Amino acid sequence: MTSPLLAARALDVDIAGNTLVRGLDLSLSGGETLAILGRNGSGKTTLLHTLAGLRPPAGGTLELCGKSYLAHGLREAARLRGLLAQTQSDAFPASVLETALIGRHPHLGRWAWEGAADERIARDALRAVALQELEMREVHTLSGGERQRLGIATLLTQQPLLYLLDEPLAHLDLAHQIAMLDLTRRYAGECGAAFVIVMHDMNLALRYCRRALLLFGDGRWTEGASEDVLTAENLSELYGHRLRELCDGDSRYFIAA
Amino acid sequence: MPNRRRALLIVFLLAMAAVASVAVSLAAGSMALSYSDLWHVFCGDDAGIAGEVVRTLRLPRALAGLACGGLLALAGALMQVLLRNPLADPYVLGVSGGASVGALAAMLFGLPLIVLHLSAFAGALISMLLVFGLAHGDGSWTQTRLLLTGVIVAAGAGALVALMLSIAPEHQLRGMLFWLMGDLSQAESPWAALALLACGLASVLPYARDLGLLARGELSAQALGVPVARLRLLIYVLASLFTAAAVNIAGSIGFIGLIVPHLVRLAMRNSAGNDQRLLLPASVLAGGTLLVAADTLARTVVAPQQLPVGVLTALLGVPAFLYLLSRQPRPSGI
Repeated sequence: MTSPLLAARALDVDIAGNTLVRGLDLSLSGGETLAILGRNGSGKTTLLHTLAGLRPPAGGTLELCGKSYLAHGLREAARLRGLLAQTQSDAFPASVLETALIGRHPHLGRWAWEGAADERIARDALRAVALQELEMREVHTLSGGERQRLGIATLLTQQPLLYLLDEPLAHLDLAHQIAMLDLTRRYAGECGAAFVIVMHDMNLALRYCRRALLLFGDGRWTEGASEDVLTAENLSELYGHRLRELCDGDSRYFIAA
Repeated sequence: MPNRRRALLIVFLLAMAAVASVAVSLAAGSMALSYSDLWHVFCGDDAGIAGEVVRTLRLPRALAGLACGGLLALAGALMQVLLRNPLADPYVLGVSGGASVGALAAMLFGLPLIVLHLSAFAGALISMLLVFGLAHGDGSWTQTRLLLTGVIVAAGAGALVALMLSIAPEHQLRGMLFWLMGDLSQAESPWAALALLACGLASVLPYARDLGLLARGELSAQALGVPVARLRLLIYVLASLFTAAAVNIAGSIGFIGLIVPHLVRLAMRNSAGNDQRLLLPASVLAGGTLLVAADTLARTVVAPQQLPVGVLTALLGVPAFLYLLSRQPRPSGI
C-alpha cells in the first residue's frame, strides 16, 4: 500500500468551543506504534474518536488508507480500523465468546451468521489475551481487567489494520500490561498493523512505542520519535509536575520528583 | 452459540405454540367446542351457530390478541435496545399515555367507537412527536434525555387521565377502567394489526445484528460500522407505531412488552437468547401466545363475566418471570 494507513493534515479538534488540538499533521504507516500522552481532559479521547471517524474534525482533512471516512462508508471503515473504547459496557447478558464474536460484524453480510471460521478467529483472539478458559463465562462475572482484555480480544477479532486503543492498560495488572504491549508489537511486526495508544505510563511508551504525541490541552502538540519527544523537560511541562530522568545503561526512566 | 439452525428450530416451536394457543382459544368459552368441531368450521361444512361463533367472535379476538401481544413484545424489545435499559417497556416513552388521553376523551364525550380509535391513535402520535421533539431539542439525543422526556410526558398524560376519570359520569367509568387495564373484547378486525406486525418484523430483522451491537453501546457499535443515528430513529418510530397500534386495539395491556423479551432471554440463556436475530422473532411469537392464553383465561375463568386481560397478563407474567430469574444461572467455565 503506497498511501499511509492514517493521514491527518492540519487537523483541528474542538470540544464545546475549546480547541484542544490545532493543526495536527500526522502520518502513520503499517508497523508503526504511536503513543498519545497528556493530562486528563487534554483531548486524548476526543482526538482518538476523531481519528476513528466517529466525530467530525473542526478543520483539516483526515484519510484512512488514502480515502476519507465518508468515501469509505461505515462498514468498509470498520474493516480497516478498530477502536477500543475507554469503558466497556454491557447492559444485557452475553457470554465471553459471543462478545468477542461481535468483532466479526463488519465482515459479515446482512443475513450471514457467524460461521466456524469466525469462531476460530474469535477463539484465537481470546487465546491471545489469555481468556480461552473463560469463553462460556457471562461477561457480567468478569473482573475489570478480564473485561478489558475481552475488549481487546473483540478488537483482535475485528482484524483491522489500524488499532486505536483508549487506555488499553487500564485495569490490567503489570504482567498483563506487558503482555498487552508485547501483543501490539507482535501484530505491528507480523501483520503490518498500526497502533495508536492513549496511555499514561511514559516509561512503557518509551519502551514500546516508536513514536509519541504529546497533547498540551490548549491546542499545542508535539510529535516525533519517542526518544526525542519523551524528555524530562517536555513531560514536566505536559503534566505540570516535575519529573526526573534516571539512566540505566541505554535505558531511560522517568519518575515523579 | 449463535447458530442459525437452532434459532430456526426455536422459532418454529414457538410458532407451533402460538397456533396451539389460538386453537385452544377458539375451542374454549361459554359454548365449548371440540377440536373436530373446529376442524369442520374451518373446512366450511358447518355453517351452524358454532361456525358463526368461531368466525365472527372468537377468531377475530384470538388473532387480535396474537397481533397485539406480538406488537407489544416487539416494541418492548426494541425500546430496551433504544434505551439500553432492561427495564424499558413500550409505554415508557409516553405513547400509551397519549393514547389513553385520546381514548378517554372520546369516551367522556360519548363519541362513537371509530372516533375513539382515531382519537387514541392521534393521542399516541402526538405524544410520540412531543417526546421526540423535546428530547431532540438540543441535538444531543441521549438515552437519559429521551427517557426523562418520555417519563414526564407519560406523567402528564397520567394526570389528564386521572382528571377525566374523576369527572366522568358513573356509567362510563367501567368502560374507561377496562380500557386502561387492557381489554380485547372490543377488538375488531385483526388483519391490519397482523399486517403491521409482519411488515414491522420484516423491516427490523435485517438489522438484527446491528441492533445487538447498539444494545451493547453506541460508541462501539458505531466503530463496528453500525449507522447508529439512523438506526435509533428507525427503532424509535417503529416501536412507537407498534405500541400505538397495539394500544388502539386493546387499550394499554401491561407487562407483555416488558416481560416477554426477558422471558425469552432467560429461557434461552444457554442458546444466545440475547441475540436479536433470535430475540425479536421469538419475542413476537411468545408475546402473541401469552396474550392469547391470557385472554382465553380472562373470558373463561369467571364466565360469563369477563376480566380485563391486562390483569391476567400481569398475574401470569410476574410469577413466570420470578421463576426464571431465580433459576440457577448456568455454571461458569463450561
